[in-house]
Amino acid sequence: MTSAQTALDLRFLDSRDRGGPTQPLLIARALRKHFPVKRSGGRAVQAVDGISFAVHKGETLGIVGESGCGKSTLARLLLHLIAPDAGELVFDGDAVAVPGGIAVGALRRQVQMVFQDSHASLNPRMPIRDSVAFGPFVQGKPREAARGIARDMLGKVGLDPELFGPRYPHELSGGQKQRVNIARALATDPRMVILDEPVSALDKSVEAQVLNLLRSLKRQFNLTYVFISHDLSVVRYISDRVLVMYLGRVVELGTVDAIFERPQHPYTRALLASRPSMDPTRRIDEPPIVGDPPNPIDPPAGCRFHTRCPFAEPVCASKDPPLGESGVADSHIAACHMLDPRSGHSRAGAAAA
Amino acid sequence: MPDTLAIDEPLGSFDEQAAPATRVRGYWQSVFYRLRHDPVTLFFAAMVLSIVLAAICAPLIAPFDPYRESIVGRLKPFGWRDHALGTDELGRDMLTRLLYGGRVSLLMGVVPVVVASLIGGMLGVLAGFVGGRVNTAIMRTMDVFYAFPSVLLAVAIAGAMGGGMVNGMLALTLVFIPPMCRVAETATTQVRALDFIEAARASGAGALTIIRYHVLGNVLGPVFIYASSLVSVSILLASGLSFLGLGVRPPLPDWGLMLSTLRQSIYVVPLVCALPGVAIFITSICCNLVSDGLRAAMDVRM
Amino acid sequence: MGGYILRRMLYAIPIAFGVSVVCFSLVYLAPGDPLQTVLPPDATAETIEIVKRAYGFDKPLPVQFLIWLGRVLTGDFGMSIATKRPVFLEVTGALANTGTLALFAVPIAFSIGYAMGALAGSFPGRWIDRVVTGTAVFGVSLPNYWLGIVLVIVFAVEWMVLPATGMGPSGSDEFRILRWSDAKFLVLPVVTLSMIPIGILSRTTRAAVAEVRNQDFVQTLRAKGLSEWAVTRHVLKNSLPQVMAVMGLQFGYLLGGSILVETVFTWPGSGFLLSKAIINRDVPVLQGTILTLSMVFVATNLIVDLLQSLVDPRIRRG
Repeated sequence: MTSAQTALDLRFLDSRDRGGPTQPLLIARALRKHFPVKRSGGRAVQAVDGISFAVHKGETLGIVGESGCGKSTLARLLLHLIAPDAGELVFDGDAVAVPGGIAVGALRRQVQMVFQDSHASLNPRMPIRDSVAFGPFVQGKPREAARGIARDMLGKVGLDPELFGPRYPHELSGGQKQRVNIARALATDPRMVILDEPVSALDKSVEAQVLNLLRSLKRQFNLTYVFISHDLSVVRYISDRVLVMYLGRVVELGTVDAIFERPQHPYTRALLASRPSMDPTRRIDEPPIVGDPPNPIDPPAGCRFHTRCPFAEPVCASKDPPLGESGVADSHIAACHMLDPRSGHSRAGAAAA
Repeated sequence: MPDTLAIDEPLGSFDEQAAPATRVRGYWQSVFYRLRHDPVTLFFAAMVLSIVLAAICAPLIAPFDPYRESIVGRLKPFGWRDHALGTDELGRDMLTRLLYGGRVSLLMGVVPVVVASLIGGMLGVLAGFVGGRVNTAIMRTMDVFYAFPSVLLAVAIAGAMGGGMVNGMLALTLVFIPPMCRVAETATTQVRALDFIEAARASGAGALTIIRYHVLGNVLGPVFIYASSLVSVSILLASGLSFLGLGVRPPLPDWGLMLSTLRQSIYVVPLVCALPGVAIFITSICCNLVSDGLRAAMDVRM
Repeated sequence: MGGYILRRMLYAIPIAFGVSVVCFSLVYLAPGDPLQTVLPPDATAETIEIVKRAYGFDKPLPVQFLIWLGRVLTGDFGMSIATKRPVFLEVTGALANTGTLALFAVPIAFSIGYAMGALAGSFPGRWIDRVVTGTAVFGVSLPNYWLGIVLVIVFAVEWMVLPATGMGPSGSDEFRILRWSDAKFLVLPVVTLSMIPIGILSRTTRAAVAEVRNQDFVQTLRAKGLSEWAVTRHVLKNSLPQVMAVMGLQFGYLLGGSILVETVFTWPGSGFLLSKAIINRDVPVLQGTILTLSMVFVATNLIVDLLQSLVDPRIRRG
């Protein structure tokens, strides 16, 4: 199913909808966040450096990248847990944290997050049902109503509320804790959920259960997901569209089929080629990509990937490749000089191999 | 799609899930459970309780008037004419003076700790939660006070203010605020870095709500443990101040003051003169052991 | 490494400054006009004005502070109201006497405390651990001045083997350590003074040693075939930084806490000077003594921190 089909099928009944099904639910424009490094004379970790994309209503946007590419920082920027140095966020047509737009508090009623570390995300001194009820309680519901919502949500994620409600986090397994986190995120009735590596710390069998739970909940509650992960197969399983990140920048964006079957950016291709195959006849002798990602404090000039790219040429070291517009939901864009006929790259203009 | 795991099974039913087998026990319930099964701590807690009760009920159980002097009956040994513990240098009954003195000494021991916990605790949570320059300002100020040995600081402040019970308590409070602040700040900083605080922020909670529901519960433990260990120190320091003439003023009964005034008379009735020190020692050691027991009970890894 | 040393030393400067501010403002905590402390009660209004200007009391507080600071840095602590001698001389003389006590108390207390703690920590749960822990709790709960009185009762009154008070028959100026007739005056004060540090140190050492022993690297050492004695040496070395920090604090305690012990034994040290100054409301001596003692404490902490960084490489990077 393409994301366009998904959007229309879901028939937005949400009373909070403000722009109709074609307006993206979340737009990020030129988001930038640098973390200054102490005592280095002004240098900074360029965690997120000019990221733009849109999340359409009802889709699951997967964000992939290696460790250190800035995914977690991006997640926190989307929820305004940290303020961006530059750029803007637009939620359903309203600019976030800007006079005349939507306030951060109101944003947090509609967008929620599931964190990576399922254990550290829960207060060890609070029983599960209070942790889940905390969100609705803070957003104004009276205590009993909040508890009722918590009971309801625990049931929806597959945990018996009578059995698990009064328990403490240390009494639960990793998968159960992550279900609690999901229940907690959904308790405030959000429209969008950002999931930051939600299954990375779980065993494979549990991972499958949680992924299926997420899909089922998305249908039930009419949700939009932003799913961040470094695991390509997980992203493929759950996403409608995929965004590939490298060192704080977007390198490729497209539907899941397009990215996995017709990757255009050399980095994406290398990532996909690095997955070990289950087929014993398809063995690779050399790693498709060498070296570690460069230091985000001193990113390479021009295209950030050029130091590891087999197709790098002098233009790659001097000019930033443009990403292109992702206006249409099904568009497939990549930031590479080889795709831009005017870049001066020797392979530019040739059809992507 | 050869490499994808396509498990589209319905969710497992409730029985499959590993339900915890033990009874549910929260943190505080664990603490009480551990305490109930710790006979040593319970014994000393009972001792502390009896000391406190004896002090409170002093007017009811004391055999004599603490201020009634007797020129004839000065410095008498144990058992002289109904004075079970002898008389002091002005002929006042020792047992009565000890009981009444307990009120003052316990007050001077407990009140500074409680007040310092509140003030220091609030400052520490503020410094730990807000961080940045506020943290630096508060903690560096505390560091300056840390640069004084506590006895010296207490003596200096009490001495400069002219002595007296209230000034003594004030001095002790000021001495205890920096360590309480430091304990609270450390605990708050540790908690603040944990993910569930960020999750609470993501839920839309404001700073005060987060502090109330998530931070305090985790900070209260270390603060309480440290405060309980300070009580015995406070009793010792308070009596030390009175011994030097900087705390309670005569004729108010206070164990430290009594030790000071009886000092001259150790050649006459040594046992009687040592009594106030025994009282201080017993109280202090019981508080210490109770505080140790509390620490053992509350130091749970969860 | 050099960076850490420099930073630590620089850090001591604002602390020292803050300490001097506190010392200066102590006077203003006192009830009544600080002027009263330097004037006779029946001074005329004219005299008051003259003295006010001479001492600078008519200037705003920050200026007064700077004037005071300037004098202090050149060693001028003013004159003692009681003895009319320069405060600087009084303080340094008294400090030397306290130093004599510390000279004996520090090595004794630290070595006994550390040894007890190390033994207890190396055999946790066994009888020696219980004995040491029990003694430590005892030592920490005892009012040390009371112990002094009790010791005086036992040794000076009942058994009459040691003197009760004072610093020798010839006074502090003629005190010779090597003469028993003088040295015997040291015994009781030193024992009394050592009690609390021994208690605290044995507790701290025991906790540090027990904690280090539980760490994984100790098992690794044993698996490599090291003898138990060699393992213990490693454990002791690793527990040293924590203990050193407490030792530094305890040295400070000896400085500040000596006031009580010195009062009991009438030992003419800085603590005794302080208590006399309080009774006499001798403000210059009060200020001078507190300032000196706290500066020594700041310097001690600095030295301890630097020594710690030598022993514990993790601190150097910080």
